[in-house]
Amino acid sequence: MQVTSSVRDPLVTGGKTVKDVSHDISRHVENKPPRSWWLALAVSLVVFAYGLYCVCTVLWHGIGVWGLNKTVGWAWDITNFVWWVGIGHAGTLISAILLLFRQKWRMSINRAAEAMTIFAVICAATFPLIHMGRLWLGFYWALPLPNAFGSLWANFNSPLLWDVFAISTYFTVSLVFWYIGLIPDFATIRDRAVVQGNQIRAAVYNALSFGWQGGAKTWMRYEAVALILAGLSTPLVLSVHTIVSMDFATSVIPGWHTTIFPPYFVAGAIFSGFAMVLTLLLITRVVFKLEDYITIYHIELMNIIIIVTGSIVGIAYITELFISWYSGVEYEGYAFYNRVQGPYAWAYWSMMTCNVISPQLFWIKKIRMSIVATFVLSIIVNIGMWFERFVIIVTSLHRDYIPSSWTMFHPTMYDIGEYVFTFGLFFTAFLLFAKFFPVINMAEVKSIVRSDSEKVGHSSHVEEEVHA
Amino acid sequence: MTADKNFLVGVFDNEEVLLDGISKVRSTGLKIHDVFSPFPVHGIDDALGLKRSRLPRAAFLFGLTGTSLALTMQIWMLGYDWPMIIGGKNFASLPPFIPVTFELTVLLAALGMVATFMIVSDLKPYKWPRQFDVRSTDDKHVMAIDLALNGGKSKEEISRILKDAGASEVNEKNFE
Repeated sequence: MQVTSSVRDPLVTGGKTVKDVSHDISRHVENKPPRSWWLALAVSLVVFAYGLYCVCTVLWHGIGVWGLNKTVGWAWDITNFVWWVGIGHAGTLISAILLLFRQKWRMSINRAAEAMTIFAVICAATFPLIHMGRLWLGFYWALPLPNAFGSLWANFNSPLLWDVFAISTYFTVSLVFWYIGLIPDFATIRDRAVVQGNQIRAAVYNALSFGWQGGAKTWMRYEAVALILAGLSTPLVLSVHTIVSMDFATSVIPGWHTTIFPPYFVAGAIFSGFAMVLTLLLITRVVFKLEDYITIYHIELMNIIIIVTGSIVGIAYITELFISWYSGVEYEGYAFYNRVQGPYAWAYWSMMTCNVISPQLFWIKKIRMSIVATFVLSIIVNIGMWFERFVIIVTSLHRDYIPSSWTMFHPTMYDIGEYVFTFGLFFTAFLLFAKFFPVINMAEVKSIVRSDSEKVGHSSHVEEEVHA
Repeated sequence: MTADKNFLVGVFDNEEVLLDGISKVRSTGLKIHDVFSPFPVHGIDDALGLKRSRLPRAAFLFGLTGTSLALTMQIWMLGYDWPMIIGGKNFASLPPFIPVTFELTVLLAALGMVATFMIVSDLKPYKWPRQFDVRSTDDKHVMAIDLALNGGKSKEEISRILKDAGASEVNEKNFE
């Protein structure tokens, strides 16, 4: 039995019973979706279709249709890749790291956050695959299979190959972890369908639940599996963005060749990930009327994580600047001078404003507890984090060692179109998830709801004591 | 009467009553077939006298397999099968092999453990489970007593024991 302080705010408000939890979450799967859902799906599909057209054009003509040139050989594709992978990190942080730290507030947000992780990683993976030009050969090139022209193997010294392993492991393990969590909830929906007499839904959700029954021994094993998956996912998620940062840090390009990249990238990833979780959940809780499960208390805690990680990111920016001067390395110094003062200064200062200054507003409790302010700031943070990757990548490349090869990077409609494609993909996937899957982990929330309801019942009593 | 066919099913309203009930039922010498809950109940394994799961050990062994596979693969490919000079480093230098080794360790540990869990718990998509009470995935805890294994006691007697243990209702469930 775990002891929870009675001083803590209840995690689920509205005095919900265990039965209410089943009902409130399952009904979105059972009922027809609201009109706003259809509208959002239609918009996402249109965006997706336009993006798909751009992606097909890139595949047909080759990546020459992008705005890349000899000097800037990496721009929007890798920026977007890092941005999406970073967003994914919050889901694993919530489901794995907060589980190890026994943070129960994760319970009503982990399902949606993990779904976001999975869709974000899929979006991220599209960029390196398309950048290969012939993506149908991607697996053949990236995996250690003997080359057709001799028995050459993949180069295990390359961080790009480490990325292949890191991202695919991260995707697989996150998917498995998420699915394990879904199994008991699918069984709940199946059994409700049996009672309602909907045989088709019962059969579908039974298959999805793998015939789950919830026997004592199965639950015991299930908890062991969840705990170990959390233990495995924790170093995994840290390794993923560490390895992503090594794509840059192991090179010798001034501005990239930095030892603080791994922790700085991981903090940035969690920062942007939490911002995206907030953007999604603030909408989901209103559309599906889940205000009693995703409360203002959850939003405040996520905002606090945004302050912490945002401040780490801010310190990293300032450290980078300081070291580039203090190191006395001319090239390093110029790379940063160029970031701050050069033709891309507008991107640098957008990044500084969005990532360093704006999250500091959350120190003010009123802003932290305001849904509108949180929503706006969550979007600003993600814009800032996109600029961070753009600044690191493009400004470090565009002024090469020889001034004759200095260029600027200008995205074409296909650069933009592929980014748009991933938005269409992401939101379509998330909307389908929100309709057909239980958006909140019912089994976990049920395990805390009874003590919370008692707390809600007692709250007037506590107040009386205080006043007396 | 053959085993695994005829059951008495006690329905419990919440986990405290259930945990208390389990020890009461077990103290009468009655054998419990299984208890079905909508969420994991802490302490139920001790109450039912279940042994700790060995899945962590399985995960460790799968992880170890991943580590050795990854190291063998990389050292063999780049060190022996087709040595290549990359940045003037040793053919089989360990540090750059660590990331892939770590990832494959995690991958095999996770997939191996989950597959083992699925197999030992008999979870498969084409299985329709025997439902003792559909409310056991909603809000009730359900205790199933196999009548054939408790032949010494009559149905009425078992029913009374379940009621005394705190069951809000007792139903009979027969499977063909």
